[in-house]
Amino acid sequence: MAARDWLLAPTPGSRLQSRLGQAYLRWLAFRSNPLACVGLAIVVALLLLALLAPAIATHDPLAQSLARRLQPPSAEHYFGTDALGRDIFSRIVHGARITLLVVLVVVVTVGPIGLLVGTAAGYAGGALDTVLMRVTDIFLAFPRLILALAFVAALGPGIENAVIAIAFTAWPPYARVARAEAMVIRNADFIAATRLQGASPLRIVLRHVMPLCVPSLIVRSTLDMAGIILTAAGLGFLGLGAQPPMPEWGAMIATGRDYIFDQWWVATMPGIAICVVALGFNLLGDGLRDVLDPKQGQ
Amino acid sequence: MTLARASRLVGREVAAVAVTFLGLLLVTFFIGRVVPIDPVLAAVGDRAPAEVYERVRIELGLHLPLHEQFWIYLRKIAAGDLGQSVLTSNPVLVDIGRVFPATLELATLGTIIGVSLGVPAGVLAAVHRGTWIDQVVRVVGLFGFSVPVFWLGLVGLLVFYRVLGVVGGPGRLGVAFDDIVDPITGVILLDAALRGEWEVFRNAFSHLILPASVLGYFSLAYVSRMTRSFMLEQLRQEYVTTARVKGLPEGRVVWRHALGNAMVPLITVIALSYANLLEGSVLTETVFAWPGLGRYITNSLLNADMNAVLGGTLVVGAVFIGLNMLADILYRLVDPRAR
Repeated sequence: MAARDWLLAPTPGSRLQSRLGQAYLRWLAFRSNPLACVGLAIVVALLLLALLAPAIATHDPLAQSLARRLQPPSAEHYFGTDALGRDIFSRIVHGARITLLVVLVVVVTVGPIGLLVGTAAGYAGGALDTVLMRVTDIFLAFPRLILALAFVAALGPGIENAVIAIAFTAWPPYARVARAEAMVIRNADFIAATRLQGASPLRIVLRHVMPLCVPSLIVRSTLDMAGIILTAAGLGFLGLGAQPPMPEWGAMIATGRDYIFDQWWVATMPGIAICVVALGFNLLGDGLRDVLDPKQGQ
Repeated sequence: MTLARASRLVGREVAAVAVTFLGLLLVTFFIGRVVPIDPVLAAVGDRAPAEVYERVRIELGLHLPLHEQFWIYLRKIAAGDLGQSVLTSNPVLVDIGRVFPATLELATLGTIIGVSLGVPAGVLAAVHRGTWIDQVVRVVGLFGFSVPVFWLGLVGLLVFYRVLGVVGGPGRLGVAFDDIVDPITGVILLDAALRGEWEVFRNAFSHLILPASVLGYFSLAYVSRMTRSFMLEQLRQEYVTTARVKGLPEGRVVWRHALGNAMVPLITVIALSYANLLEGSVLTETVFAWPGLGRYITNSLLNADMNAVLGGTLVVGAVFIGLNMLADILYRLVDPRAR
């Protein structure tokens, strides 16, 4: 319990101790929310699945075997086989890599863009704010999936273009969140103090405003990940995302569509995978919001 | 509120929407330019001589600078000309007019289902905050944010059509009922009722109820979540305490006083969820072979029919923006604090 006492010390001796103590308190709050823990467990499981895919998969995800096509779930094929005799369980395990990659690439591109646009607009105010927010509003007023569809139609189908299309339509909410935060922070006394010390606006935004906006953006992006997964799966389902033979979950559902009445497992299994993972991100995001950003939650 | 103020409000809103719509046009125009398909080649075929190619290029205005091309594009859109569909060889606007009622029917019934279940569910969750009721509503809602709509549609068909046999299959009508009712509005339920064809009405309803319920579930997830949070805010207010102290029955306090005030922001939420369902119908219509706007767009997409795709995108975008504007105006008209 020495570590615990050190973390919870009322008079921390160093900055590090104080920060770790804060993190520990948040972890304690997070841990008391069972649904959030379920979400965390699902996300960790997804990470492990993607990391260890070759070790976990029982078959080669691309190996076809027409003699074993459309077999129901069994001890040999946990989730059955698809129309080309490929093992669905192994395909889902490998598909976790694609899903995770799409989500990470989108969030990593979109987060900084939204953060930059939002903090610049919120801190500067005035004309810059009006212009940036007008542009953001225009993008917010678009139907996301339809716009992504049109983009992929123009750029051509494929996983890279799907990611670009999703990223292109996903940044505005981030900018909105960051702007709201920046507008509050801008009037804080410590910002005024920094300004009096002669810090440039750029420095203030980069060093003092942006870091404080990060927690709400983490919450926002965790909650957004489920939506990204669903949009990517939708594009895959329509044949516009990942191309065969890639084991992308949405595309797998599309191949099972023709067999839904007689070989239900082909389309059902990848769908369950999408549900579980998206639910995991939603639960985790909800839990993180309660801990990191209590004023947003109820 | 005076009439002058109301009209000023509407005017400002319309101006903002015009800017947004211009942005939408800019995006569709831009997408139309980056398409790898050469529109001249598509029109003349790849064996046309060079002078024919050049003539068509000038006819299509592709030799002009981009901003002039955009201006021509704007003028065409203003005249209602969305170009011609390669697939159906009809003007795109005519095609869309034909398929839109089917989507409207689906999204409207979906919204009705979602709101009529979602609002009570949200109220109950707020009143019984922290109990199992709240947890159930929360999980049902979160699940709605996690399930792919096309997958839910497929599983719905498997369970309710194939296994239980309680609903009609894909499509809007059974084969035997096709072409019995002459379209008046294009909304089959309405047309059948107007013509007194109740057999057709029943059949159409059996086909409509499953896709509408699937869409309605997504609306329910969103509406119930927002209702809960608005209700919690209202139930904390002092007027609620006052009402209770006066001895009003709890049901009246919750459903009349608190919900009445929570309805103000809920109007916006409902309008937004309606707009989202129009979008969600793209995937749903594909699964249910529903001959609406969504399937029109995806079909055109798979056949590289760019005029139809961009026309459809534009129409969905315009409806989406229009509903957003309506939500904003309604909100400000109803809530005096937002004026």
